Amino acid sequence: MNRIYSLSGLGRPLVAALLLGSAFASSAANSVNFNRDIRPILSDNCFSCHGPDQNRRKAKLRLDVREEAIALKAFIPGKPKDSELVKRILTDDEDDLMPPPESHKKLTPAQKELLQRWVAEGAEYQSHWAYAAPKRPVGKGGIDVLVQERLKEIGLKPSPQADRRTLARRLWFDLLGLPPKPDEVDAFVKDKSPDAYGKLVDRLLASPHYGERMAIGWLDVVRFADTIGYHSDNPRNIHPYRDYVIKAFNENKRFDQFTREQLAGDLLADASQETRVGSAFNRLILSTEEGGAQSKDYEQRYLTDRVRAVGTVWLAQTIGCAQCHDHKFDPTTQRDFYSMGAFFADIKEPIVGKRESGLLVPSDKDTAELARLDAKLAKAQKDYDGPHKELTSAFTKWQDASLVASENNEKWKQVKPTKVTSTNGVKLTVQKDNSILASDKNPTNDTYTVTLTGGLDEVVGLRLEVLPDDSLPMKGPGRATNGNFVLSGVSATVTRGQEKPEPVKFTGARATFEQTVANEKSPARKWTAASTIAGDAKGKPSGWAVLPEAGKAQQLVLALGAPLTIGKGDTLTIELKQNHTEKEHLLGRFRLATTTNAECARVAHPPAPPAEIVTILKVAAEKRSGPQKDKLFDHYKGLVLELAALRTEIADTKKAKKDLDAKIPKCLVTVAAETRRTVRLLPRGNWMDESGPVVQPALPSFLPVSLKKEAKTNAPLSRLDLAEWMIAKENPLTARVFVNRVWRQFFGTGLSKVIDDMGAQGEPPVNPALLDWLACEFIDSGWDVKHVVRTMVMSGTYQQVSTASKELQARDPFNRELARQSRWRLDAELVRDNALSVAGLLVPKIGGPSVKPYQPDGYWENLNFPTRAYDASKGEDQYRRGLYTWWQRSFLHPSMVAFDAPSREECAAERNRSNIPQQALVLLNDPTYLDAARALGARIVKDGGSSSDARINWAWKQTLARAPRPDELATVRQLFEKHLAQYKADDKAAEALLKGGAATLPAESKRAELAAWTSVARVLINLHETITRS
Amino acid sequence: MSVARELKQLTSQQQTRRIFLGRTAQGIGGAALASLLGSSLLAAAGKPDEKNGPKGVIHPLHFQPRVKRVIWLTMAGGPSHLELFDYKPKLAEMDGEPMPGSLTTGQQVAQLQGQKLVCFGPQTKFKRYGKCGAEMTELFPGVGSVADEICLIRSMTSEAINHDPAHTFMNTGTQLVGRPSMGSWATYGLGSEAENLPGFVVLVSIGVGRSPQPIAARQWSAGFLPGRHQGVHLRGVGDPVLYLQNPAGVSREQQGDVIRAVNKLNVQHDAVVDDPEISARIAQYEMAYQMQMSVPALVDTSGEPEKIREMYGCRPGDGSFASNCLLARRLAERGVRFIQLYHRDWDHHSQLREELPVKARETDRACGALISDLKQRGLLEETLVVWAGEFGRTPMAQRDKGSPGRDHHNKGFTIWLAGGGVKRGFSYGATDELGYHAVVHPVSVHDLHATVLQQLGIDHARFTEKFQGLDWRLTGVEGARVLKDILS
Repeated sequence: MNRIYSLSGLGRPLVAALLLGSAFASSAANSVNFNRDIRPILSDNCFSCHGPDQNRRKAKLRLDVREEAIALKAFIPGKPKDSELVKRILTDDEDDLMPPPESHKKLTPAQKELLQRWVAEGAEYQSHWAYAAPKRPVGKGGIDVLVQERLKEIGLKPSPQADRRTLARRLWFDLLGLPPKPDEVDAFVKDKSPDAYGKLVDRLLASPHYGERMAIGWLDVVRFADTIGYHSDNPRNIHPYRDYVIKAFNENKRFDQFTREQLAGDLLADASQETRVGSAFNRLILSTEEGGAQSKDYEQRYLTDRVRAVGTVWLAQTIGCAQCHDHKFDPTTQRDFYSMGAFFADIKEPIVGKRESGLLVPSDKDTAELARLDAKLAKAQKDYDGPHKELTSAFTKWQDASLVASENNEKWKQVKPTKVTSTNGVKLTVQKDNSILASDKNPTNDTYTVTLTGGLDEVVGLRLEVLPDDSLPMKGPGRATNGNFVLSGVSATVTRGQEKPEPVKFTGARATFEQTVANEKSPARKWTAASTIAGDAKGKPSGWAVLPEAGKAQQLVLALGAPLTIGKGDTLTIELKQNHTEKEHLLGRFRLATTTNAECARVAHPPAPPAEIVTILKVAAEKRSGPQKDKLFDHYKGLVLELAALRTEIADTKKAKKDLDAKIPKCLVTVAAETRRTVRLLPRGNWMDESGPVVQPALPSFLPVSLKKEAKTNAPLSRLDLAEWMIAKENPLTARVFVNRVWRQFFGTGLSKVIDDMGAQGEPPVNPALLDWLACEFIDSGWDVKHVVRTMVMSGTYQQVSTASKELQARDPFNRELARQSRWRLDAELVRDNALSVAGLLVPKIGGPSVKPYQPDGYWENLNFPTRAYDASKGEDQYRRGLYTWWQRSFLHPSMVAFDAPSREECAAERNRSNIPQQALVLLNDPTYLDAARALGARIVKDGGSSSDARINWAWKQTLARAPRPDELATVRQLFEKHLAQYKADDKAAEALLKGGAATLPAESKRAELAAWTSVARVLINLHETITRS
Repeated sequence: MSVARELKQLTSQQQTRRIFLGRTAQGIGGAALASLLGSSLLAAAGKPDEKNGPKGVIHPLHFQPRVKRVIWLTMAGGPSHLELFDYKPKLAEMDGEPMPGSLTTGQQVAQLQGQKLVCFGPQTKFKRYGKCGAEMTELFPGVGSVADEICLIRSMTSEAINHDPAHTFMNTGTQLVGRPSMGSWATYGLGSEAENLPGFVVLVSIGVGRSPQPIAARQWSAGFLPGRHQGVHLRGVGDPVLYLQNPAGVSREQQGDVIRAVNKLNVQHDAVVDDPEISARIAQYEMAYQMQMSVPALVDTSGEPEKIREMYGCRPGDGSFASNCLLARRLAERGVRFIQLYHRDWDHHSQLREELPVKARETDRACGALISDLKQRGLLEETLVVWAGEFGRTPMAQRDKGSPGRDHHNKGFTIWLAGGGVKRGFSYGATDELGYHAVVHPVSVHDLHATVLQQLGIDHARFTEKFQGLDWRLTGVEGARVLKDILS
């Protein structure tokens, strides 16, 4: 079958194209050129019904393929008068007229004339300019040569070189996105060496801010944002991708590798953390968490989102238009669309719902610290694991003692309290294991009252176990921050029926451990069990405490003076008094038990081990199984003092690791799933219609790239194949698309103006030879981005003045011919960076999580699930560069919106440059810019010299890198003097103006002056020149 | 001379100079400037068309316009047509019975995915209102009081079934994000008659009660149209327009001094570099300064007579839907082209019986008052009012979230229109007997947009903007019909 476009016409050099619709429209002297003159007319007016889309084709006629048009006698080459096409465009008969009136399309007389001449000259076709590989033009090449050839042809002359000050400012904004410092400008102005300019360029290209500047455009086109976009627009972990992009530009990562990593960084043979983070590109889509969203619906949305992105970022093709039908203007078929989508069917992701937290992305420092902690942990664990021969005899003793303790324990009976109350409002909860846990309020003192009703028979001892719990500080058993408590007194009364309560007498108190460390203000320097029944020693804080044994169980055993029986209808009330003077020394978790064994009531045995350990203990030592032995010894190791240091080290190291992990950035990245999603061609793009054929990943059929992988295996093409195809030498689009976008950054408009469409409806480049030369230069340099950038800014074309004579303005109002430089308003981020920089507030830190500049209260009020508060960043994060601004897709920061930053819900290859009143309101009233004005005002006073004129001069140099003219000086002086007088008379106003933000309020005597200079600074920050790159 | 007048004069002189020199600002175009700046620059920039007002890109208009502006009342969340406007006795009869599969098979389902589909009878009582006898819920006495002014469309449909895409579709005619909203299209096409106010204004209210669905700023985005056509959100709290208030310690006079100095310096700079963008910049600063005055005056309703506030049922500054309706009238009086109100929280998956009356109370009286008030001022004839949610609700019950409600439904629901050129006391279209599918005269969102544009004097098919190679239009590529049957 015929290729859609024949490639034969490519050999001849393209006639220099003429600018459509401008002062340089096609002239009679030149022959008609299909790509330049005819295709745009046919595409815009005819292809919709007579083009690539076979389903919409009328009368079976297609005009995009010459052979088929001739076969259907649409025209006869060389014979316009006999050609149907010519008759149809000229006729007065509305029924025959083309394009038909109902299409609302109308050809101009000039277009009709062109079509006739084209047919007369043989109706030659050319391959679409962008679908043939770029070729180096015959001759010398180079930006200046090609621009000047073109200028000569149309009779224009280049403009002179701009002055050094203008060049410095231009280079700083274009390459770094920041203004130069006055001394930097001076140094450049004074540098008389012949390569002064080149040296400066190289210096700026080596600055880490270069990567930030280049990243802005890339983040737009790939639609990087901090949030998911749809509905709840919740955050996702993605900022390491921004760091990746900045670093890639700074390190001049070759664009082919940059492409591979983003499309398939996970599939590379040498995939690394860095390449995986690059693959976050595939995750930058909009996603949803909306309840009731249908997953098939969103599966399709994600697929189309990705196809549109790839189409925009690398190909500048509106492939997205082929979602529902074959493309109307370009040869992209609907099958191409879904086949492209199928490349991404392996990406593991939730369709509806919260994104996963993603890959941990430690910095080099984090990685080193993690390795250190791992080694430390491994060593400590090894030491702890043992064998610990030195503990053998102690272990045996402990086993004996534990057996005794457990036998003793069996003689105690836990009691379940009927009621537990707190005097000071602590919440006391009886747990399933009969222990009582304290929570909520944590007063200084308290008395817990435990009531038991009936069920005690001949009890001679009462036991209070204090127990550790994860909910307590240092795991308890107390509620003080060190895990301690002080039990200052225990008393009990018995109430029998309606009788008066009688006190219960205790005759002895013993504990498993008594605190002797004296740091808790005990007059006795000892915290004994005995003190709990010694009677309430008023004014002398004392009691039983357990430091430093935090996190462990202990027991207090109280012997009763006489056996006690509590029958049905009787109650025993036990009061646990905690009157220590230091705060929060209260019991955290405890349990009561009773015994009828007098022996038990006189000894505080160590707490018995847990039941499972007791079970092992009861097995004769030689009969224990291997695992039983291990378990027993492990349990013992957990208790012995000798290993306490190691235990602490292990626990601390684990915690340090966990804390570090929590701080390490995470990033959504691409992970290939084992099973690919099935991708079908969807009739009319309708996801509910599953009648279409299943498609496999395939490259667009219309692009003549030989690389198309042979089907060596049955495995489908992968994202890596897609990446390799993008950067294949024969791919006609990728290099052109990238250099065209970069060109816009340095010249204001693309060589082909429609940055995101190099298809039939885009614009054939004004200077195709130049675009081709740059694309070749890019590829031949090994996809060296800095080389391309350097080539552009080193050109004489770049260095021209941006002012234009009346004649030039009239002949080339949009500066498409490059007989001068262009001037434009700075991008949103740079407006901010510039103001903060001249104010001396900018924090030049590179990379890291997004930050939150001041934002009007309530701006997020219409967000929900959940509702969100905006917490403006504090400290240095308040003064970071604009590109680090938190990118909330559904409510992007309003200052950013005002200056045309895109929401990044869709790929944005270029931004508007609007000029609207909101921009004035932002620069006048946004607290960020007020902050900047105050800081600049303070600098003026501090560093600007003594006279008003000297200060104005100084301020002008800081902000605009030049001195003010006399008329400017007068305008500002007048304002300053007026406001100085006003603020002198109104200190309250001066104070109000100067308060807040980064500034410290000066003494009253200085306020009026500073306030007036703040007014001047506000003026400077608002100037058109300040926010303009010229 | 006042600062404001001086500024205006400065702008005018600059503009006159441009015109005198035979140049207009390249980046912005004269028409656009005019639409933004209202009359102060128009005097210099050329005469506005007497009939059509200041020019937008469509000039002359395609048709004689029937209205000058639109007030669009968005009931966000999806109000239930079955409780409010579309009484279905058959549904009541089948309450509790399975929904016939013939209606539901192969249709989109939102939260009822995988659940049994059971009929749920109407949960409010209906009555007839006005001379026309329009049947509506008893909860709508206010809307009912203007029944003879409105035109019900009971056969509305949408393509989307989830809030976010459905709002995007209703506002921009496509579910793809990043496209211009209808208000942006309208001001782009027609310009604005408002002096010192934006041409497209958005107001959002919430009432008492639950957790409403989010609304994204994309809903009033200008998409690929110039940024100045984006909707300006007039806020109920804080600055009514973002960054409107002068910094603390700066008086209005001092703010004027700063702006005057900025503009003067910009003029001085222009004399050196001769940059057409500078004139536009100067004009924007004047506009900003004017807005700092005009917007607070606009939102301050304390001067409205007590009986008017009573009629709407609002207190000054309460941020309620009723207040926003009153503001909508004030915006209409000032010539704002497209005024869009959002009232949130109509998403009754559960507690329909308990919560629907709350929303009805919050909106009903003000809706009626707005129509009556516009009428008594002679503004209704030149205004088109649209009341619509992003979709309706299922005839099936949803019972998994407490007391029953209804799920999202896009195959048939009800909206209403009122104002210039629309038949009064009229009803159009119908759903099937269970209120599921629009079966008589189904209306698409594109049809609705085409009709609204037609009333504004625009042929939707001819109103295109080149984007990504396509002649993009609000009404999409599939074609749309103007609802001639509902026009008078």
